[in-house]
Amino acid sequence: MSRYIAQAALRGANLIVREAEEMVEAAIAELGPDHPVAFINTAYYLPVILGFTGLEVTNLGDLRKAMAHAKRLLNSPPSQQLWLPYLGETLDAGAATLLATETIEGVRFARGEQPEPIPGLKLTGTSFTSPDSNGGQAEGGFANGPIDDIQLRAWGIQLVDGRMPGFAAIVGAARSNEAAVAIVRELQKRNILVFLSGNVNGRSIIHQLQEEGVEMGYDTYIVPFGTDTISAIYALGFATRSALTFGGMSGGQIREILLYNKYRVFAFVLALGEVDDLKYAMAAGAINYGFPVIADTVIPQILPTGVTSYEHVISMPFDDIPGETDAEKARRLVQRCTEVRGVKIKITEVPIPVPYGSAFEGERVRKADMRVEFGGSKAHAFEYLFMAPLDEVEDGKIELIGPDFSEVPEGGAMNLGILIKVAGRKMQEDFEPVLERQTHYFVNGASGIQHVGQRDITWIRFSKAAVDKGFRINHIGDILYARLHADFGAIVDKVQVTLITDQQLFEEWLTKARQAYQARNVRLADMVDEAAEEFYSCTLCQSFAPNHVCAISPERLGLCGAYNWLDCKASYQINPTGPNQPIPKGICLDPVLGVWQGVNEFVYQNSHQVVERVSLYSMMQDPMTSCGCFECIAVVIPEANGIMVVSREDPSMTPAGMTFSTLAGVAGGGQQTPGMMGIGKYYLLSKKFLYADGGFKRIVWMSSFLKESMAEELKAVCEREGIPDLLDRIADERTATTVEELLPFLEEHEHPALTMDPIF
Amino acid sequence: MPQEKAADKETAPRSTDIAVCEVLEFCEGVVETAFDRATAIRPCPIGAEGACCKHCAMGPCRLVGKVERGVCGATRATVAARNFARQVAAGASAHSDHGRGMAFALLAVAKGEAHGFRIRDEAKLHAVAGYMGIKTEGRSVNEIAREVAETALAEFGKQAGELIYLSRATKPRQEIWRKERIAPRGVDREVVELMHRTHMGTDQDAENILDQCLRVALGDGWGGSMMATDISDILFGTPTPLQSQVNLGVLKEDEVNVVVHGHEPTLSEMIVAASTDPELVEYAKSKGAQGINLAGICCTANEVLMRHGIPPAGNFLSQELAIATGAVEAMIVDVQCIMQSLVEVASRFHTKLITTSPKAKIEGATHIEYDEVHAYNSAKEILKAAIDNFPNRGNTLIPKVGEGLIAGFSHEYVRYMQGGLYRGSFRPLNDAIIQGRIRGLAGVVGCNNARVDQDAPTVKIVRELIKNDVLVAVTGCAATGAAKYGYLRPEFMAQAGAGLREVCEAIGIPPVIHVGSCVDNSRILTILTQCATEGGLGEDISDIPAVGICPEYMSEKALSIGSYFAASGAYTLFGLPSPVANSPEVVDMMVSGWLKRFGGAIEFEPDVDALIQKALSLIDEKRRALGLVEYDPDRFGQSGDRVLEEVLARLPEGELLNVYSTER
Repeated sequence: MSRYIAQAALRGANLIVREAEEMVEAAIAELGPDHPVAFINTAYYLPVILGFTGLEVTNLGDLRKAMAHAKRLLNSPPSQQLWLPYLGETLDAGAATLLATETIEGVRFARGEQPEPIPGLKLTGTSFTSPDSNGGQAEGGFANGPIDDIQLRAWGIQLVDGRMPGFAAIVGAARSNEAAVAIVRELQKRNILVFLSGNVNGRSIIHQLQEEGVEMGYDTYIVPFGTDTISAIYALGFATRSALTFGGMSGGQIREILLYNKYRVFAFVLALGEVDDLKYAMAAGAINYGFPVIADTVIPQILPTGVTSYEHVISMPFDDIPGETDAEKARRLVQRCTEVRGVKIKITEVPIPVPYGSAFEGERVRKADMRVEFGGSKAHAFEYLFMAPLDEVEDGKIELIGPDFSEVPEGGAMNLGILIKVAGRKMQEDFEPVLERQTHYFVNGASGIQHVGQRDITWIRFSKAAVDKGFRINHIGDILYARLHADFGAIVDKVQVTLITDQQLFEEWLTKARQAYQARNVRLADMVDEAAEEFYSCTLCQSFAPNHVCAISPERLGLCGAYNWLDCKASYQINPTGPNQPIPKGICLDPVLGVWQGVNEFVYQNSHQVVERVSLYSMMQDPMTSCGCFECIAVVIPEANGIMVVSREDPSMTPAGMTFSTLAGVAGGGQQTPGMMGIGKYYLLSKKFLYADGGFKRIVWMSSFLKESMAEELKAVCEREGIPDLLDRIADERTATTVEELLPFLEEHEHPALTMDPIF
Repeated sequence: MPQEKAADKETAPRSTDIAVCEVLEFCEGVVETAFDRATAIRPCPIGAEGACCKHCAMGPCRLVGKVERGVCGATRATVAARNFARQVAAGASAHSDHGRGMAFALLAVAKGEAHGFRIRDEAKLHAVAGYMGIKTEGRSVNEIAREVAETALAEFGKQAGELIYLSRATKPRQEIWRKERIAPRGVDREVVELMHRTHMGTDQDAENILDQCLRVALGDGWGGSMMATDISDILFGTPTPLQSQVNLGVLKEDEVNVVVHGHEPTLSEMIVAASTDPELVEYAKSKGAQGINLAGICCTANEVLMRHGIPPAGNFLSQELAIATGAVEAMIVDVQCIMQSLVEVASRFHTKLITTSPKAKIEGATHIEYDEVHAYNSAKEILKAAIDNFPNRGNTLIPKVGEGLIAGFSHEYVRYMQGGLYRGSFRPLNDAIIQGRIRGLAGVVGCNNARVDQDAPTVKIVRELIKNDVLVAVTGCAATGAAKYGYLRPEFMAQAGAGLREVCEAIGIPPVIHVGSCVDNSRILTILTQCATEGGLGEDISDIPAVGICPEYMSEKALSIGSYFAASGAYTLFGLPSPVANSPEVVDMMVSGWLKRFGGAIEFEPDVDALIQKALSLIDEKRRALGLVEYDPDRFGQSGDRVLEEVLARLPEGELLNVYSTER
């Protein structure tokens, strides 16, 4: 701290705690102490209060306890002369501020005043997030409010594997709209999550971005919390839940939670515009998490380190930053931010005329904004990556064969074939699909370009804005060339991309591609656990869940869904000392449960001697641990002698009596919990899916999201299992949300689980 | 700004303290003080160098000139080592007996026998019980306290094994103590053994004698003193920072001035409590006073300063002068560092000198014996005697000299201040040392000594250290000395180097932190141990860029402190001539011998400038050994409020600030 900051923060803290207390009392007087208080879709109550105190706030009365705690953390501001030390006291007051602001948001939720209405704001949320709130809904008009557990987990794997290095909590308003956009774009380019809150004299960066037409929402990594400073508490709630979700900590273990954030969550506060007492107080709270504060105004700097890993407070007066334009200054500002936090970012320079970064991956191109599309309902597109001998690939050659889209009317469609020819000494045929699948992420990273699907169901849209900036078909080649070299340089030495719009050539290659896809399908079907000599580990999540080890076999992919056996194999080639290591299977100790000596030994060593034994095919006996990034959770329903599978996207109540969020809180953190396990959704399709527990036929309940999004694949599984209409006999949240509703449904549909051996 | 008296070349150095000088001037021809006696008595040159042996009736032998051995054949080395060791034994005994007294007080409180006392810091009680391996779960505070007290008492009489608190040191340090066979078994046993070994014709190997001397000292630092500190905190509260004043100006013209002096906190705590007793305040008013004003001298002062903000009137050499102001109704003394001359000085004024400890009576003083059982009533009786004396006050001379200070840095708070309740640690301090904002650490401790200009060496050393970005922790009379010149004000960071100033400003501390009385040097051991275990600065105290300095040592306790610091891995510099100078062999043993074996040493360097250079080079050596960046004072200075203050100062009146630019 500096004395100036300590004075401001302590003044701010004292004031906000008093204000929060008054709000709680007024609300209790009006609504009663039992009136419920809850954030949306979270198993962590009011997460900051839970983290700091262990209090599970469910009603207004509980908030009184939180406030009593906050008051004990307050101190007086330091005097003008002969002052007493203030760093510890200010950090404590910062903690009190966090408790108070979260309390205020709790009261606002109780009163139905959160998320905050912001006229005209439309969020690009994915369909499933925050369905209970108004945020993210079609009509819009509301800020996002707190991030729900579902989204937190959905981002989990990116946060842990470094694709998403951290978050920036922006508070206030930028010097100009131009600066606001540039700051956010710079952060997006670095794949840093952007949280927005606060205002300066009523004007918020949310308004600035709204005016400039910047898309906000989960999909673009820009989450507007609210236009007051208080809503910045949601950023710290997100941080607290990261530790609870992925770090296996529980409420009240606040020192561990804070240190977890200091060392593992790369976040910082960017204070834009004048910093008032409350902002200083909130900043003091954030510093407890090890998050530094960077301001674009003249404020005292605090450069010694220790509470944070790097400097505590940095002042970069915006007008004094060198640069011709506000955008240039903003770029320098963001650069300094990432330096201060020590954010490790690998940016691949992609030579295209639009901004590029994975923050743009989720952007949608709406029909009205579209210049041209390839694939979809009116045309076809495919992508096909294959290896060739080194001398047959001309590295860097990007060629368009056929016409450009200049003749296609606005909003029209045309066919496109993307041929990617690669060569490399360490390249293997098995890696072809692994690399090919990256096309989706690579192409999507371009701002204004949307990529959906894969293989011959590829569907790409170019927005008018992107085309106006000069984006053309051959830029897809530039992207693929740059990213394949940057990300897979260890196995790929040469890349050549051919883009085909010529009709005859298109048909020719489409046929060849389809033959290749078919051959790969056959090869994949042949890849069984028995045939593989080694499995692979994934300890990527140990940065978050220190004792968790995924053992990935050909028939069981990682629970995050992002890494299958081939991915791991390729990843090991790329980085032989990385998180994916081969596990020699060793002696098979139990072919039914899926227990191998080598797997046990590996997991024991790498879970720091916590997990001794793992069965790959059972959730009842020595199940695999779960980190927190799982796509689905499988849970035993004893009454039905079966299991249910709830997907991350499903916010509804389940027959287990808990929502996904609550279940996830129990399943995660690297613990072995028999009867409950995180899984990747494609594991449902495997022959080895809970093989020892009875397999797919055990499933008595499944989120409708899964049934619908994987309809074709699941149908094939049902046929394989010999009950073609099995899917219809499995209940979902539309037919049963309690055991009482589930059992009659199963009986009525004669579900096979009812007559299977007892699951226990 | 701090006030210092300019050195007067005409007369012998007396004091840097202008308040002291003012009263001394008045004393001229009226009353004799230690300053006068120091001029009159030359120190015995034979004793001063450790050359005199009077351990048997064949002597005393003076081993000077061509005399290399005493009558019994004892060498210069043996004689010097024996003399030194016995001084350490006396010093360690003083601290440890103080610790024992605290343990008895705790036992009395736990048994409910001590009227007026209670356990103030239960958290610390639990922490101490934890160190001692005492079960706390499901037990009442008094039960725990009783076992803590009994365990502490047993440490004094323990005959075998090791002191429990040794386990609070780093693992490598404990190994060194075991390997070198100096791990103390019991506090008292080591002192008795040392007295035995230094008896005529027993241990006659200087190094072996010194080893036992270190074992005794460790029994003080990691035994008696550390327990004294812990139990004081349990009974009276662990200090946290507070504001106060210092120097003779804290005495008040219109109140009953009571000065507590000595070393133990038990009685003075009760005096503090009784001083606000409405009955006594009324009584004081009935005698024409506005109230009761407490002040302190020596380490009793530091104890009540650290916990209650009672202002120190001065340090060791100020004790006679406090009385000579004519404004002190009573001076209440307990043990250690109390000059017998106080009786004589008090007799010239109305002051009542009240002795309270059965261990420390002074001929001619009023003795009101204090015991824990009747503590509050004893305190009231004493204060009443002081109040009764108020009407006898004659002319007064209270120098208008006072200075603000911040005290109260317990090692618990030092941890807290670096991150608060949730993030407290030693990371910021270690980071600052690693990055070179802080060049190193220094403990500046010790006494006053009438042979040197009062406070002058201490303030010069402290000033130079902080200018060179060394964070200074002070205790005892050195702390009071530094405080008198404003060094303990947070504003004094302006005098520090840029890097240290940044750290001070970040935390809000003065560059010189007051960690307590002389038994509280144990807090410095804890702080250094925590630095070592935090990581990044090696694994042991001996790795840390730190140095101990005792500029104006007088008491034997200082030698014990120096010895336990050396054995704990700290290089300790004393600012007076060496008491073992008669044996270059012993001098070398205590420097290079100990350095090799323990990573710490004791060296005597009366030249203040040379001492400062030595301290800085020791720190830089440690930095190099750790592979830290070379200290560079020019790298820092951008942190803190200064830039903002300058921008605001440049802003023309009435003009709005452009918050986006320092240029406007």
